[in-house]
Amino acid sequence: MTTSAVPAASSGSPTNGGRWRVAVGLGSCGAAAGAQGLYDLLRKRIDPARVALEQTGCAGLCHREPMLELHSPTGERWTYVHLDAPGVERILDEHVGQGKVVDHHLLEGQDRAEGVRAYLGKQQKIVLENCGRVNPESLDDYVAAGGYAALAKVIDTMRPAEVVELIGASGLRGRGGAGFPTGQKWKFGAEALSPIKYLVCNGDEGDPGAFMDRGVMESDPHRVVEGMVIGAYAIGATQGFVYVRAEYPLAVKRMELAMAQARAAGHLGVDIRGSGFSFDLQVREGAGAFVCGEETALMMSIEGERGMPRMRPPYPTQAGLWGRPTVINNVETFACVPWIVRHGAEAFAALGTAKSKGTKVFSLAGKIKRGGLVEVPMGITLREILEDVGGGSSTGRPIKAVQTGGPSGGCIPAAQFDTRIDYEELARLGAIMGSGGMIVLDDSACMVDFARYFLGFTSKESCGKCAPCRIGTQRMLEILTRITEGKGTEQDLVTLRELADSIGAMSLCGLGQTAPNPVLTTMRHYFHEYEAHVRDKKCPAHSCRALLSYSIDESLCKGCSLCAQACPSQAIAGGPKKPHVLDYTRCIHCGSCLDACRFDAVKTA
Amino acid sequence: MEPVASIVQRHGGRRDACIKILQEIQTAYGYLPKDALRWVTDHTKITPRQIYGVATFYEWFRFQPVGKHMIRTCHGTACHVNGARQTTREVQEILGVKDRETTPDGMFTLESVACLGCCSLAPVMMVGEQVFGRLAPKDMKKLIQDYRRKHAHDHEPGKKAHGHAHKPGHARPHAHPDGHGAKS
Repeated sequence: MTTSAVPAASSGSPTNGGRWRVAVGLGSCGAAAGAQGLYDLLRKRIDPARVALEQTGCAGLCHREPMLELHSPTGERWTYVHLDAPGVERILDEHVGQGKVVDHHLLEGQDRAEGVRAYLGKQQKIVLENCGRVNPESLDDYVAAGGYAALAKVIDTMRPAEVVELIGASGLRGRGGAGFPTGQKWKFGAEALSPIKYLVCNGDEGDPGAFMDRGVMESDPHRVVEGMVIGAYAIGATQGFVYVRAEYPLAVKRMELAMAQARAAGHLGVDIRGSGFSFDLQVREGAGAFVCGEETALMMSIEGERGMPRMRPPYPTQAGLWGRPTVINNVETFACVPWIVRHGAEAFAALGTAKSKGTKVFSLAGKIKRGGLVEVPMGITLREILEDVGGGSSTGRPIKAVQTGGPSGGCIPAAQFDTRIDYEELARLGAIMGSGGMIVLDDSACMVDFARYFLGFTSKESCGKCAPCRIGTQRMLEILTRITEGKGTEQDLVTLRELADSIGAMSLCGLGQTAPNPVLTTMRHYFHEYEAHVRDKKCPAHSCRALLSYSIDESLCKGCSLCAQACPSQAIAGGPKKPHVLDYTRCIHCGSCLDACRFDAVKTA
Repeated sequence: MEPVASIVQRHGGRRDACIKILQEIQTAYGYLPKDALRWVTDHTKITPRQIYGVATFYEWFRFQPVGKHMIRTCHGTACHVNGARQTTREVQEILGVKDRETTPDGMFTLESVACLGCCSLAPVMMVGEQVFGRLAPKDMKKLIQDYRRKHAHDHEPGKKAHGHAHKPGHARPHAHPDGHGAKS
């Protein structure tokens, strides 16, 4: 409603038709942080004749949400962060009303300036260049930011083989995890002889802790569409699918809207740009199955079946959807393509390391001060990402490790933080680049419990087709659970490693082959923690509850009796307003008292 | 069976429409009613075998009705390291139900999910279509009480439950209050 009133080329334009412009960041994270409420408040409060209200996607500064951008009628721009209703009122009254900048909420405000410089300083935005800047529901905004220029260049001036060559020369590798060279995959696709070929965008971002694909699809959906049309032209595909997980309703909505807009403008559909080349797209939603991120399972799901993987070869480029040649790339991979076409393969290849070119988007979360979506050139060290960009630990406790690549990846200990981000370097440490999830752990994390968490995930998500994965992950989970409960034996550690090796070697698809990685990397770097659980029945991180002994600090206890009420074994005694006492002989180490206490009086050892 | 007929009409009766059709049936009814599925198998190329296979494979689908509002507690990695277990336990205690159970008054169904993708706000949970972040066990009671009060009167399927959060993106018939959201 409000966006339609804005002149076509709104983003980056020097004038706003004499009006102020407010753009609220409404990605899922922003909305969850309260931006939707602020958007509704603004809609009620502003005078549309004076102020235009718009929405943008995610600017990647998740730790500053909710936020908005204010554009003056003369084209100046301010970013306001950490907003609440009174803050929005102040901005309207003081800034829009009286021309006084509200320093308290300003992104570059006094106490924040340094952190913002550090957060943005090492980033280089290719995939995210428009995120948080353009209105994701406006084709005009995307075009004004240089969108669809790459498609025009490709269709008007290049032959398909030249496009394949260009992507090959850029050194772009698949951003979904495995890092297969995109140019090579497109070459296989282009060479396949078939009247019908398919192009698929894998947006089934199932790794817990990864949200860069959601960010791109929600904040800059046209970029994915443009990348896909270029890819389709290169390989000669006629039909494409964007497979999005059902957990991302906003991404589904915006991808579908972008497709409809692109179709109406002639960037998609029949006879694109009058070239005679036709290609159309549709969204397919997942239905909650992690394994569908695996390409052969994903194709089964698009065909409407159970998403179970199959052996490769034949590879999808030989026999994919409905038996036809199919090229599958990840969201971020497609999002790189328009930039490469516009700036040239050399510009992309100039970034990064010898074998890993360009940039990579990481979702930084966990115990990190400045979390969010960050895009950095390949070859930067983990330390630079965690300390300079991320600002270090959020808890004041030292960072112990970072987990990359989700359930298929591994834990990298702090001692290895000078490692450079590169597909091969991360693999050398037993981790993987993966989709780019980066979860930061401080020293309160127990690595055995962390491995157990991931095995809990993979054993549940195993599709059940092959025995090593279906049964093996279950056995590993049982052993790890036993160890965290203090019932593990030294033999368990031997069995665990044997299982890990055979599951990795014998599983049918990537899910099973990589499922042991969290166990293998934690055993490799933190074996002493496994030993402490098994031999001494101690959890060095004080995290595994069954291995802790509990006591009540009399000086802190207020006698509120919450702990006594919570205790399932009646091990806590004490009268009202009197310090309570815990009977060790009855304690079953469940930790209920620890959760119940509001005064930190329950101590663990 | 009118909603089913229009869903099938929109997607056609080919086998590859199976997941889409089931998704929309669930959005319309809140679950997959037997009669609706029978109608689909009678009128399309989709077989009972395929429907049962698909519906039991994907987490999203269910054969039982659920409460008016889904509470989805996220157990992604970031939420896990930021205390999702504790907040979930607190919710279970407050509602008196376990995972995948519905409260006796039919108001809430509790479900733990793998990842909602709002990792920088961890720990996170989704009530209806609204995501709540940066939770602590002590906040849960008030949060649920407030939600219960605010939504005490929306019960008929098809009635728009909340004015906030994003609206369902595409034409889905009779949007069930919670049919559209995280993995179920």
